[in-house]
Amino acid sequence: MLVNYLMVAFGAAFGVLARFSLSNWIKRRWSHDFPLPTFIINVSGSLALGLITGLGIGVHASLLLGTGFMGAYTTFSTFNMENISLNRRKKKRAFYSYIISSYVLGIAAVFLGTSLGAVARSLLGM
Amino acid sequence: MVYVLLVLFGVLGALSRYSLSLIIHVSYFPLATLIINLLGCFILAFVTRFLIWIPRVSPKLVAVFGTGFVGSFTTFSTFSLESFALIQSGHYLEAAIYLVLSGFGGLAASALGFRLSKILLIKQRRRLRHAG
Repeated sequence: MLVNYLMVAFGAAFGVLARFSLSNWIKRRWSHDFPLPTFIINVSGSLALGLITGLGIGVHASLLLGTGFMGAYTTFSTFNMENISLNRRKKKRAFYSYIISSYVLGIAAVFLGTSLGAVARSLLGM
Repeated sequence: MVYVLLVLFGVLGALSRYSLSLIIHVSYFPLATLIINLLGCFILAFVTRFLIWIPRVSPKLVAVFGTGFVGSFTTFSTFSLESFALIQSGHYLEAAIYLVLSGFGGLAASALGFRLSKILLIKQRRRLRHAG
């Protein structure tokens, strides 16, 4: 259905801009080895996607905000490129802490998001 | 101009991801996201390391393609959501397989992209030297 594609496209346009802008904004203020911009983006995006899922919004809204916006906002490829780069530069501590914290906190953020979403849903009587 | 291209590539990346996820369908396993993410890791590493050395290809364009298209094509949030859903529904084996394949596979796919671009660049330099 065309409207589904339009929802994904519209959400993605804003998602990619949000990632690019936020990433550049943090990069100007962060000079350590740990890739903080992508870390914040991926964990916050996981939290938001959990929230969206927990709230149980409709199909179109979910394609717009979830598949479109959050899908484009978060990134798996840059995350792994940064890992390879840390490994090559022998930044072992940043490498391990980045991988482990991203996966653990990413999944924990989804758990938190879906729980909060479900609570909000019942409070709002949705 | 950078923003226009970024949005254009980003939208195309997300639409490619959405289309692939509609085609690839396996019950109890998020195969679509796994394929998308591993493919994206390989493409990003290869493109940023290889195309950047090709004359007449703008390094800026390569960067925007990587950030826009590949960045939006791959997704971390859906991966987290699917991992959590597998754990929550008691599919522990599937969750473990998904985590291991994504974790090690992502690193391997990125490393493979780098390695391939290195091999191709060495070959190209050798050819240029012979020609010169």
